Amino acid sequence: MSKSMWTLELPTAAAKAQAVGTKARKRHAMQIFEDIPKRGFGITATVSFLVMLAIWSILSYGQLVNPIFLPTPDKVLVSLIDQLSTSLYWHHIGISIFRVSSGFVLACILAIPIGLFAGTYRYAEAFVEPPMEFIRYMPAVAFIPLIMVWAGIGEWAKILLIFTGCFFQLVLMVAADTRLVSKDLVQASFTLGASRWQAIQTVIIPAVQPRLLNTLRLMLGWAWTYLLVAELVAANSGLGYAIMKAQRFLNTEQIFVGIIVIGLLGLISDRIFAFLNRRLYPWA
Amino acid sequence: MNEATSEAMKEVTKTSAVGAISIRGIGKTFKTGKTTFRALENIDLEVGANEFVTILGPSGCGKSTLLRIVAGLEESNEGVADVDGDTIVGPGADRGMVFQGYTLFPWLTVRQNIEYGPKLKGVSILERRAISNRYLRITRLEEFASRFPKQLSGGMKQRVAIARALANGPKVLLLDEPFGALDAQTKLEMQEALLDVWEKEKTTVLFITHDIDEAIFLSQRIVVMAAGPGRILKEFPVTLPAERTPEVREHPEFLKLRRELAGLLRHKEL
Repeated sequence: MSKSMWTLELPTAAAKAQAVGTKARKRHAMQIFEDIPKRGFGITATVSFLVMLAIWSILSYGQLVNPIFLPTPDKVLVSLIDQLSTSLYWHHIGISIFRVSSGFVLACILAIPIGLFAGTYRYAEAFVEPPMEFIRYMPAVAFIPLIMVWAGIGEWAKILLIFTGCFFQLVLMVAADTRLVSKDLVQASFTLGASRWQAIQTVIIPAVQPRLLNTLRLMLGWAWTYLLVAELVAANSGLGYAIMKAQRFLNTEQIFVGIIVIGLLGLISDRIFAFLNRRLYPWA
Repeated sequence: MNEATSEAMKEVTKTSAVGAISIRGIGKTFKTGKTTFRALENIDLEVGANEFVTILGPSGCGKSTLLRIVAGLEESNEGVADVDGDTIVGPGADRGMVFQGYTLFPWLTVRQNIEYGPKLKGVSILERRAISNRYLRITRLEEFASRFPKQLSGGMKQRVAIARALANGPKVLLLDEPFGALDAQTKLEMQEALLDVWEKEKTTVLFITHDIDEAIFLSQRIVVMAAGPGRILKEFPVTLPAERTPEVREHPEFLKLRRELAGLLRHKEL
């Protein structure tokens, strides 16, 4: 690791100072809010993962914790490969992705237009937001018994829970995103002859998109949480169910595998959103 | 193709004198909670077709509010304003506006920004191209046509904003301190560029500024406003040569007018 990676390069100033014999002053590597080199970021992030792995290794290999509670990394790895080579596990992954996507997409289809509307017009805000704020504070998990009464314990129950968890939040977040669109841009469009509908179409909708995509990215994380809750409560397939089943047999390796797989799926979807944001909105 | 181009040229080149602004007895009060603020009091102003008029005044004198009322972005409490006899009730394509802040659409390229207004009107793509080519040329932006606004300097952004407003073929062009955020050198360049465009387009211009030199250099007539409540103090015709070269700034008439305006504004700010 080269030194310059950690410090801001000021070779001439430092060299000059040394040549003259004065004290060479170096900038501290940790500068408030300042950017750091890409490589510096990557290596630091890697180190952080390695630290996590190291703590885990010390606790498990050192037998500081009962292996039933905390399996060793290699056992988890073996179990991961084991699980991923069975078609049953892929079925669990597939059904979980299906549930998350269905609930999430359904929430998006309804919440985005309502949120845009509530963010655009103050009357719509007055009509939509107070009840949403009210419902938002009711934990989605508390709806589970009600959802079971309404939708039984089939696929719809899980989709409905994810929908309930995401929809109300999403409406409020989309409305907030919409309100952040510059009023000046809207007024500029009016002076160029846009009608209200044209201003929505040609200014608000394009302007809100980068922020909206970021909101969806955050929301998808929540969708995974609600999926797990749904599958832990009542399911006979899916990753949550796999974790539940492993717990019954005190198979902690498999619990770890389930958690890691969900983490990886979340990471992949997150990266896809980040990629889309860069790709679709180079102007932002 | 050629025919379409010349057709489009004809459409955007104005022949008759249009764009006379008439402001009669305009008053505006802002209410925030219990406090009321009298922004404008009994404003009367006539701007002739093709005239370049500047409203000069300290901040808080209501000059921007007046311009926004003409643009239709703000409603007055009293009085009426019209353009060529059509009463202003809201914003419209007949009054192009350039704002102080940068209001280009960041997701559109320079060319797409310029074509925005014509596109809304349903102008065909060929004609739109002709229009944007013309205004890219007039504002000397041809080589930046496919850039996004974030890749432009402040001065260039305002050039695009002017081009975008003009591409719509407005009767009047309203400019709200468009060069306020630019550095001194760019500001001078932009002033010359604006006059250049005005020569070619001969549209009515109502320009807002608090910069005395800018007001004298650009306009045919200066309207001085004062604050508390916002009102018109005095009007000055600018009797400088029509051709405004940088040397005009040394002209005795220029210096005399500047002294007079500075004195007036100084007393009014106390």
